[in-house]
Amino acid sequence: MKEKLVLIGNGMAGVRTLEELLKLNPDKYDITVFGAEPYGNYNRILLSPVLAGEKTMEDIMINDDAWYAEHDITLHKGVKVTAIDRKRRLVRSESGVETLYDRLLLATGSKSRFLPVPGKELEGVIGFRDIHDVEYMLRVADGGKNTVVIGGGLLGLEAANGLAKQGMNVTVVHHSAYLMNRQLDRPAADLLKQAMEGIGIQFRLKASTEALLGETHVKAVCFVDGTEIPADLVVMAVGIEPNMELAKSAGIYCEQGIVVNDTLQTFDPRIYAVGECVQHRKQLFGLVAPVFEQAKVCANHLAEFGIARYENSVNSTKLKVTGIELFSAGQFQGGEATEDMTFQDPARGIYKKLVVKDNRIKGAVLFGDTIDGAWYFQLMRENADISAFREHILFGQSQMGEVGHGAENKAANLPDTAEVCGCNGVCKGDVVKAIIGQKLFTLDEVRKHTKASASCGSCTGLVEQILASTLGGDYSTAPSKKPMCGCTAFTHEEVRSSIPKLELKSIPQLMEVLEWKTPDGCPSCRSALNYYLLCAWPGEYKDDPQSRYINERAHANIQKDGTYSVVPRIWGGVTNPQELRAIADVAEKYQVPTVKITGGQRIDLLGIKKQDLPKIWGDLNKAGFVSGHAYGKSLRTVKTCVGKEWCRFGTQDSTGLGIKTEKMTWGSWTPAKFKIAVSGCPRNCAEASIKDLGVVCVDSGYEILVGGNGGIKVRVTDFLCKVETEAEVLEYTGAFMQLYREEARYLERTAHWIERVGLNYVKQRLVDDPQNRAALHERFLLSQQTSQIDPWAERAAGLEKEQFEPIKLQNVS
Amino acid sequence: MNDWQHIGTLNDIPAQGARVVETAFGNIALFRTQANEVFALRDRCPHKGGPLSQGIVHGRKVACPLHNWVINLDSGEAIAPDVGCAQRFAVKVEQDEVYLSASSAT
Repeated sequence: MKEKLVLIGNGMAGVRTLEELLKLNPDKYDITVFGAEPYGNYNRILLSPVLAGEKTMEDIMINDDAWYAEHDITLHKGVKVTAIDRKRRLVRSESGVETLYDRLLLATGSKSRFLPVPGKELEGVIGFRDIHDVEYMLRVADGGKNTVVIGGGLLGLEAANGLAKQGMNVTVVHHSAYLMNRQLDRPAADLLKQAMEGIGIQFRLKASTEALLGETHVKAVCFVDGTEIPADLVVMAVGIEPNMELAKSAGIYCEQGIVVNDTLQTFDPRIYAVGECVQHRKQLFGLVAPVFEQAKVCANHLAEFGIARYENSVNSTKLKVTGIELFSAGQFQGGEATEDMTFQDPARGIYKKLVVKDNRIKGAVLFGDTIDGAWYFQLMRENADISAFREHILFGQSQMGEVGHGAENKAANLPDTAEVCGCNGVCKGDVVKAIIGQKLFTLDEVRKHTKASASCGSCTGLVEQILASTLGGDYSTAPSKKPMCGCTAFTHEEVRSSIPKLELKSIPQLMEVLEWKTPDGCPSCRSALNYYLLCAWPGEYKDDPQSRYINERAHANIQKDGTYSVVPRIWGGVTNPQELRAIADVAEKYQVPTVKITGGQRIDLLGIKKQDLPKIWGDLNKAGFVSGHAYGKSLRTVKTCVGKEWCRFGTQDSTGLGIKTEKMTWGSWTPAKFKIAVSGCPRNCAEASIKDLGVVCVDSGYEILVGGNGGIKVRVTDFLCKVETEAEVLEYTGAFMQLYREEARYLERTAHWIERVGLNYVKQRLVDDPQNRAALHERFLLSQQTSQIDPWAERAAGLEKEQFEPIKLQNVS
Repeated sequence: MNDWQHIGTLNDIPAQGARVVETAFGNIALFRTQANEVFALRDRCPHKGGPLSQGIVHGRKVACPLHNWVINLDSGEAIAPDVGCAQRFAVKVEQDEVYLSASSAT
């Protein structure tokens, strides 16, 4: 029989947890939901636009009755739970009905905090929390009436804006010297006040409320200094208080809220809590993004996956007041050892501040131009090293140029007709329409409904930006953990770390233990898993050719007509007449239509039929060639210039070093293709500064460069260090490749990887820590022992014969 | 009417893989899923003619090696939003022996 799960609180946090749970394990529980409000589940964040008349109640409903029915969830709308009996494991409703549970989820939310002043219970004094409050405000709103909003925080200002839009005469009362002091610094707050005064809202700052006056209905607000202002409506927006009376009465430990651990469990292990009612690591929650993250983690534990932890993410805030652009995230005030970077343009009403520590963004405040909020926030969340583009960062992502910061075009600037997803031909307008029309919250949902970013994934960043700009900043944090692919909820890192921990040694075993959602994965996760397992268990893991892309399975590059191209390895790009003759013979013998010199100084034979591959390889093997791996996520080539043996400028033996490097590194599998070059002098004829690893010889030694890329976005390498001997170059090369092999995500080029983890991190592991460098190099060489087996020779000798030989069918009538 | 022709044994086709059958009127791809089901499709992606036999087989689907269209093995239809269909052929497995009806294109 199914276990029983009872949810108390039919709000965003609780229902989101159910949605996540249904995705992971739809059949585990019989689910019953109690909601005190007489509505379905609606999007509380969008109450402000409803109040401002920009959206209707219908627009903000998330799950209607049909959704509950479809998932066999019993919903008690408008039914309050009054008691939890933890001994008998049941909840009791107002009317005395008892419902048993095996697990209980509390998502009781919060209520508006009311200032403890005389008159707070008068008619016309309300909070701003639910549909009821909004309906009340809309009912009494009438041109010219006086409204006082107490509290100049996010919620108070949104309420003020909405009421002003309804024609009310609005005054905001705030105890601090400036508005939104929990999210803004002084200069931004002053700009905000100016802008809001521009739409007719008045302010009383540094004001303390003494009492609310009136007989039965509120008439005025009286301040400590004795002054009074008239008020027909008073909105309390001075903060929220978790609803924890029910939990408390059941003896569940509470402080400011219901105390939960990193798995969202209360002190009673059968009872979980999520959302605004909880207190986690001394913190309360009022924004949706962290609540959604909690929901995800909680669902993971309810489904008994038991892997995720909630570790309290940084949040960002965006004010939902039309015409006012405001963004705030992280430690916006700065603190010890932080630096402020600011940009001010008073004439355009723009203010930007970044709080930076050790070249990493710790906080941001943007006013007037928030277009880069999502980008700064992403850099902050990823703890990315900004030193490379620090001098331009305040000018925004669009000023970064073609230097490859993974910078996509800015979503908000794009016209609706702009194609976002080139694979599936999806325009921005389609995505926006689906987000609004289908009420989508996550990247996955957008993928499912529009196919945008569902193929190659290169537009994922852009689609996320559209999601963020369409829904407002609250949503920008939603996927701080990106799953590997649709087959699993785990990230690349989570999967990878579980391989040694759980001793996972094959793809089927891994999929079983980590509860893959598909029977045997998809092309994207299978190829990644094959690589991760290969890297984790060198010499032990049996490679799975069926999980490799065709080029790596056939050890040649597929062309558009289904033929293949063959690139034999030419060490360091140095060849001789005998080798060239052998290549020419092969080209003639098999009537190769095109012979071309590649960008990496090798020779490409194009237009070869698959069944001829093993024979050609056999002939090339006889002439001393091995596979050039031009087809693989692997070491491609080591490009060289002639160096001091011939060149009058050459400082070192760059060709000799290139050959040694290639002999050491060939055959290694890497997360994405890996290119090396060695130049003999700083003139850099081998173009080492756009390679994954480049060596530039100088008179006194060798400069090692990393993280270059000559692809779509050119990225010049970063300088790693300078060494004196060839032996050191080889050690750094092996160590760098191994660090990249062990830590980069599958298909992540070194350029993106370094931008994600920061050059300083790579330096710490390689330059500052010689022991670690030696250990990495040793692991690289160990892995090479079983990788440097020529795949061509094996297949020329008959391995995987059926792949290359078609079955011939005669006598078809 | 089916003219069944013996192709070989199940083990001649790699699991989660495919084998090409050359016929007088073009190549047919025989797919074998992880669950040991066998399907036969014309070895041409409806998109740009890529050889489907060279794609990655997952579930009852194959991803074309050229542009990653995903084709349903049982229907030959491309997965939405892509639209197109690869020709199907009848295939049967009896006691691990595989038979194809190359004239039974549907």
